[in-house]
Amino acid sequence: MTAFILKRLGFAAITLFAVLTIVFFIVRILPGDPAMAILGDQASEAALKALRVRLGLDVPLYQQYVEFLGGVLVGDWGVSMVSGRPVITEILKVLPATLELTVASLILGAVVGIPIGVWSAVRRNKLPDYVARIGSLLGLSFPAFVSAVLLLMFFSIQLRWFPVISSSQGGGLGEHLRNLALPAINLGLIMAAYITRVARSAMLEVLNQDYVRTAKAKGLAFAVIVWRHCLRNAMIPVVTVVGLYLGILIGNSVLTEIVFNRPGLGKLIVGALNQRDYTMLQGMMVIYTLIVVLVNLITDLTYGLIDPRIKYS
Amino acid sequence: MSADIQTARPSRGAYFRIAAVNSFKGVIKAFNSNKTSWVGLGVFAAVCLLAILAPVVAPYDPIDQNILFRLKPPSEAHWFGTDYYGRDTLSRILWGARISLTIGLLAIGSAMLIGTLIGLVAGYFGGRTDIIIMQVMDVLLAFPSLILGLIVVAMLGPSVMNLVIAISLTAIPPFARIARAPTIAVKNREFIEAGHALGYSHSRLMFGHILPNIAPEVLVMGSLWLATAIRVEASLAFIGLGVNPPTPTWGGMIREGFENILDSFWLALFPSLAILIVVFSLNLLGDGLRDAIDPRLKGEQ
Repeated sequence: MTAFILKRLGFAAITLFAVLTIVFFIVRILPGDPAMAILGDQASEAALKALRVRLGLDVPLYQQYVEFLGGVLVGDWGVSMVSGRPVITEILKVLPATLELTVASLILGAVVGIPIGVWSAVRRNKLPDYVARIGSLLGLSFPAFVSAVLLLMFFSIQLRWFPVISSSQGGGLGEHLRNLALPAINLGLIMAAYITRVARSAMLEVLNQDYVRTAKAKGLAFAVIVWRHCLRNAMIPVVTVVGLYLGILIGNSVLTEIVFNRPGLGKLIVGALNQRDYTMLQGMMVIYTLIVVLVNLITDLTYGLIDPRIKYS
Repeated sequence: MSADIQTARPSRGAYFRIAAVNSFKGVIKAFNSNKTSWVGLGVFAAVCLLAILAPVVAPYDPIDQNILFRLKPPSEAHWFGTDYYGRDTLSRILWGARISLTIGLLAIGSAMLIGTLIGLVAGYFGGRTDIIIMQVMDVLLAFPSLILGLIVVAMLGPSVMNLVIAISLTAIPPFARIARAPTIAVKNREFIEAGHALGYSHSRLMFGHILPNIAPEVLVMGSLWLATAIRVEASLAFIGLGVNPPTPTWGGMIREGFENILDSFWLALFPSLAILIVVFSLNLLGDGLRDAIDPRLKGEQ
């Protein structure tokens, strides 16, 4: 167990290091001089030089690289070129909002997707199965911003159930949940479409196993077989795939945050792109990498909880 | 949004059924095994036809402004209404289809070529080559593709070519994975061994003998990834990183429509439906075909 965790941690560290290196060079090969991008082309040579020194751009590339890696480790991610505040502070300020949205949508996706997937597998090639398959295929055909715009049109503008523009901080818990509801439903339904499909195909495989036949033969209630014996085995691929879909979830959360005007990493990165805030972009890429590596690690370790047969070797 | 429905079911050497899909009859059979593939193909073909014929069938010039007819709701003269500059929404959707399809096809075409080559080499040679190549691919896969696309386009500037580069970059690693698995399965079969014994070169075995066997699987994934590419292009355009206006793009139209969403819902609605129809048709097509070539689902019907 300890050896397995160490091995996974080692792999996570290598991935992190590799992506950080890519991030460093991507930001460095950006066309244009960051100092000039900030001060404009009217700036004097002296001012440009001073800013380059302040941004640490005057030292050789390898030294910048070492400083960058060291900085990431100790939480010094540089200073935003636009606001002048530390990048990590700006990121940590909006991170909870994005995490809240993604976790809520993951829960919604699992609560909706797993039962539908199981039902679809049990009623294979019957009407419920066709409806679930076509419905889930339709669900994952939605670009997140399209579904967000449609939800907004229907529930906020037509029915007026939810606010059109989420008010930012402030308000009680009820107000907070009301603001979270529509964005979370948007992301959650797309996640549910993905989860339904994985749950269905995982369940189909499990239902064909010998032990299911044995359980049926000895007269165990079908519901007990499905929900207690099969579901647990079918959960392994579901967990893997949810880990794999993290990339999709992150991309979709960016789009959702823009449509619903929610504070979060998505709005931050689009703002940084528009303002050419290179240090902020670099920090955003670091945080996304950290999230991905961390979630993959958690996914790996979760297997053991679901399936005690898996030995960490 | 790189990992997609295609990763939901990792391919496990579907090679022995694939051989049957290599003839025209086999292709028809694969389509027939799941009728929804025909629906998907039909709708997608119709969209392609409309895109090609856009100059002929579009009722108006897509960038022609008419200030007197601003923000008009759908009517007989303008089926899908007009936008803020009085441009005809239907004509813009038809012309926008050309951008979406061009970028999607070019991006996925090149990703398919490069990714398949990488996967073929990794799977064929195995050993250390395989480990190193796939490790690099896994690192690339770890990064959220919309974010990667966003940064690449922001760096290079939004043009058709740069969008193709950005989207194909994000789709190369999955194609490498898709091509590698069946390559490993095929390379251990007798006919490849016979090839070795006859002194065939590595490239002859890879391209002449293994590639035809793994091609159906790669092509089916291609149709699913084309759906993803069209979605990503629209998403980038919605964020403001699409082909520059006034060129009509679906994502860009929704972005503009979103600004007038309270009084002119049709501006965002119709391009949304257009994206949905194309992406859904491609997913129907690819999903049905994948079921047909996946041996694990063979006994299900």
